[in-house]
Formats: sequence, C-alpha cells, structure tokens
Amino acid sequence: MNHLIILPIMLPALIAPILVMAARHDLVLARVLSVAAAVLMLVLAVMLLVSASGQPPQMYALGDWPAPFGIVLVLDRLSALMLVLTALLSLAVLIYALGGWDGRGRHFHALWQFQLMGINGAFLTGDFFNLFVFFEVLLIASYGLMVHGGGAARMRAGVQYVVVNLVGSSLFLIAVGMIYSVTGTLNMADLAARVPEVADADRAILHTGALLLLMVFGIKAALVPLHFWLPGTYGHASAPVAALFAIMTKVGAYSIIRLFPLAFGAGAGISADLAAPWLLPAALISLALGMVGVLAARQLTQLVSFAVIGSMGTLLTAVALSSPQSMGAALYYLLHSTLAAAVLFLIAGEVGARRGGADRLAPGPVFGGRGLLSGFFFVAAIAMCGMPPLSGFVGKLLILDSARGAANAVLIWSVVLGSSLLCIIGFSRAGSTLFWKTAAAGKDEIAPPPRTSVLPLVSIGSLLAALLVLTALAGPLTGWLDVTAAQIYQPEQYVDAVLGEAGGRE
Amino acid sequence: MEFLLASAVGVMTAAGVYLLLRARTFTVVLGLALLSYATNVFLFAMGRLVIDQPPVISALAKGYSDPLPQALVLTAIVISFAMTAVVVVMALRSFLESGTDQGMLEPVPHTTPSAGAEVAEGSR
Repeated sequence: MNHLIILPIMLPALIAPILVMAARHDLVLARVLSVAAAVLMLVLAVMLLVSASGQPPQMYALGDWPAPFGIVLVLDRLSALMLVLTALLSLAVLIYALGGWDGRGRHFHALWQFQLMGINGAFLTGDFFNLFVFFEVLLIASYGLMVHGGGAARMRAGVQYVVVNLVGSSLFLIAVGMIYSVTGTLNMADLAARVPEVADADRAILHTGALLLLMVFGIKAALVPLHFWLPGTYGHASAPVAALFAIMTKVGAYSIIRLFPLAFGAGAGISADLAAPWLLPAALISLALGMVGVLAARQLTQLVSFAVIGSMGTLLTAVALSSPQSMGAALYYLLHSTLAAAVLFLIAGEVGARRGGADRLAPGPVFGGRGLLSGFFFVAAIAMCGMPPLSGFVGKLLILDSARGAANAVLIWSVVLGSSLLCIIGFSRAGSTLFWKTAAAGKDEIAPPPRTSVLPLVSIGSLLAALLVLTALAGPLTGWLDVTAAQIYQPEQYVDAVLGEAGGRE
Repeated sequence: MEFLLASAVGVMTAAGVYLLLRARTFTVVLGLALLSYATNVFLFAMGRLVIDQPPVISALAKGYSDPLPQALVLTAIVISFAMTAVVVVMALRSFLESGTDQGMLEPVPHTTPSAGAEVAEGSR
C-alpha cells in the first residue's frame, strides 16, 4: 500500500494540536509552522498527483481491515486533483492572512489546519459514514473560522450558518441510514456493486436516500433552492476565510461527482442517471439567480458571493450533462472558479480595508493602491465572468461545446450566455463605482488605517498568476482532465481497486 | 415495537422541524436537538429491529442483531452533542453582542468585515 495516501489527513491532524498547545501565545511560531505545513502539503499533494496520474485508483485500508468491512481511503486522479487545488489555495490564502488577519482572534492557524484535515479527508475517503465524519470535521473548524475576528453581525451570520449545516448533517445521517437499510453497506465501491441487485420493492427507499444525499451535497454546493445561507456567510466572514470557503462549495460538487457516476451511473440498471433530472434545472436556476444577485448586490463581498452561486450553477450544469466530455469541462471550470472566487474575496477584503472598513458599492474617498487593486479587480472580474482571454472563457467554451449534443442544448446555451452578460454588467458597474468615482467619506466610515503589509497583494497576485497559468496550459491540462473524466465514468476501475479484481465477495 | 419506534421518530422530527422554523434562536436550538434525537433513533433502526439477539458471532446464536448501526449511532450522538454545544455557545455570544435572540428572523445588518473586527477589538 502507498502510505503517502494517509498523509494529507495526518499532517494537519498532527500540526493543529501542536499549534494549539505549543504555539498558542506565539504568533510568529504559529505562522512559521502553519506556512511550513502548507508548503509541505503542496509538495505532498503534487507527489500524490504524479502517483495517481500514472496508475489506476489506489486503495488504502485503514488498520488493514479488508474493504467492505473496514474504512478505506481511495486515491484516484479526481481526488488527487482536488488535493492539489486545496493545497495551492490554502497556501496562497494563508499568505494573505499573515498580513494581519490571523492575529485578530485566537487559534486561527489551528482551525485552518483542522479545516484542511476535514477537506482532504472528504476528498480521499471511500466510505459514506467516514465522509459524514470528515464533513463534520471541516464544518466544526469552519464554524470557528467563520466567526474569526468577532463582531455582532458576523456572530449572527455564524449562528445561521451553523444551524443550516446542522440540519444538513441530520439529513445526511438519515440518507445514509436509508441507503444502508436496503444495501447493507457504507462502502462506496461496494454500494456501486450492490445497487443493481437491490430488490424492486426496496428501490424507492434507495432512491429517496440517494436523492436526500444529493440535497445534502446541494446545501454544501449552494445549489438553488438551498443556496440561501451562502451570501450571508461568505459576505460576513473575514476575507481569507471566505477565500478558503471557496473550496468548501467544491466539496459538495466533488461529492456529487464522486457518488452519482459511481453508484448511480450507466451500470446501475433501473437506478441509472438518478441525479441528472434534478440537478440540471437546479443548476440552471442557480446560474441565472446568482447572476441576477450580482446585479442586485450592494456590497462587494455580497456581489462576489452571488457570483460564486452562479459559478456553482455553471459547474453543476456541466456535471448534470453526465458525459465524459462535459465532466472534463466541469473539472476545468472547477479549478478556474475556485481560484477566481478566492481571489475576488481577497480583493474585496483588501478594498474594504483600504477604504476604512467599507466595501459598499458607492463612491468613496481615494485610497492607497487604488490603481493596482483596480487592475487586479479587472483581471479577476474578466476571469469570473468568462470573458476572453482568461480561463473562465476557456471553461465556459468547453462546457458550451460539450452541451451541443444535449437534448436541451438551446436552453443551456441561452442561460449560460445570458447570465454571462448579467455578470459583466454587474462587475463593470461595481468596478467603475469603486475605482473611478470619488466622494467624501460616509458618516459610518472610519479613517483607513495605514497599511504597510504587501503580503495581501502578493497573495492576490499569485492567485491571479495561477489563473494565467491555467489559461496558458489549457491544452495539456484539458487532455489530463479528459482522462480523469473518463476514469470517473469507468466505475469498474474504482470498484476493482477497492474490492479486488474478483469484485470482493463472489 | 416497530409502531412505537416509527411514531417516536415521526413525532420528534415533526416537533423538531416546527421548532426550527421559529424566529428565536433558543427554540431553534431545541428543534435541532430534537431533530438529532430523531436521527439517532432512525439510524438505530436501519439495521432492522431485533430483540434478544447477540451482535457478535457465537455458536449458540440463532440470529444476530446488526452491530454496525449501534457503532454509527454512538459516533452520531457524540458529534451531535458537540455540535449542539457549539451552537449554544455561538447563540449566546450572538445574543450578548447584538442584544437580541431573533437572529433567525431578520436579515443580518451588514457591517463590513473589517469594521466589525475593529469594534470587536475595541470591546475586548
């Protein structure tokens, strides 16, 4: 067995207690440890990516218990890709947080590591109940991070966020219970093998359970009509936390991509293509509603939050088309939209801080570094809305291309293109108001603190550079992602890796 | 026994959902607690209900009760207990900082992240 597979979970699980116990009063030590862990994680993730791209899926049996009975971790191209994305994002955003945010409350770095542990675990696990546990790990860390920095408004938004997610957790457990009661397994690969054999009388329970799971993942992915928690949460979280949360919506998308092609894909008999009829309309409505929200937003963070909902709609539209070609496009768009959303949250945070704590979309006094930040905003907005020449354009083009043969291609094309127009209008109005117009300071705005740290600008710059690399390397990258998508639609590979060539229990 | 268990799950879920939809944080927390009890009982039933059967393999046993749901329920109880504690603490903090527990009803007034942080630092 490849013991590297457990390390993305072990590393933060070891670093976080050290941060809590040894570095609780020493911010410098905590920063050093945290950045070192982030760099190490990136190296580890790249090693796993290299390992996964040369081989079929690999299984890691925890405690060496054999597959359907013990909990397994599975590394394939999709999970390795998500690990690299998470590591890259966390390192870049951590640099931003070092500019001052990490000192505004306790245990920022420890919570950050616990959050990464939960996210990495969710990407690696091959067991439902274990997925639930890792969801809870990442959620409980995110509750702490969400209210980091304090303040009444943030606290109230935090309580709403916790309540929504606790309801989601209850639904998750009910869904897992339903699926277990008719299939007798919690292992994803074993489930894939058993779904075709479920008795017809039990199939309604199985489908209810599976669609409840889709709903739970939809809450995480902010799919309309389960999106209502996102603008409040992301709009009130501190900038680096909101940027890290950009990967959390993708955890929901990842779970949908992992579960439904595997267990309810073409090989599932009557249960085939269970999710698509629900997913496609919800995704298209998310896309439309998100971009209308962009037009209506009155704060920059809110505007970005609605853009995130819209981009999740685009992503899940491609997922719902359920073909290898559209899945490849969806994965490219996933990489792009995570980085673009994160960098926009960081820019919004930096603009707000430099304007003296106001990111409302109204003319304000001139602030330092306005030219540079406006340039950053311009590039990020182009990427987010999918204008040429950046990666958002490439991603949307791939998605539109893969939708050409679909039954409702006209609808998909018109929603994607129409919403892009709304996005451009919303972002250009926001940008011109913030960066081109000037007015005296409003009465609720305090004098901006002098900012000396360049770390936030370095972080924003490096994320934008990652977007440029994504655009420049679009050719080789989509080739790699197409193979990954093909692997997603060959669930036998995954099942063989977990249960052995014989299919486990013949 | 099936009827008792099913109606218990049903009543607790209904009461939990009703309380969740109230405007005040306290009732919402109670609703969450009820909902998690209902979930735990439901999970317990997912391995079928049997009486007086051992969960571990033995030569004398005529049948078995499924041990897995019992282990899962234990995990679920621990997690839901911890989460309820978290939400109580956060609701209290929110009540103390904003002076109202109607946090579920009104939209959150928007003060920007950094302005909120400044206020918090001042009060500490």
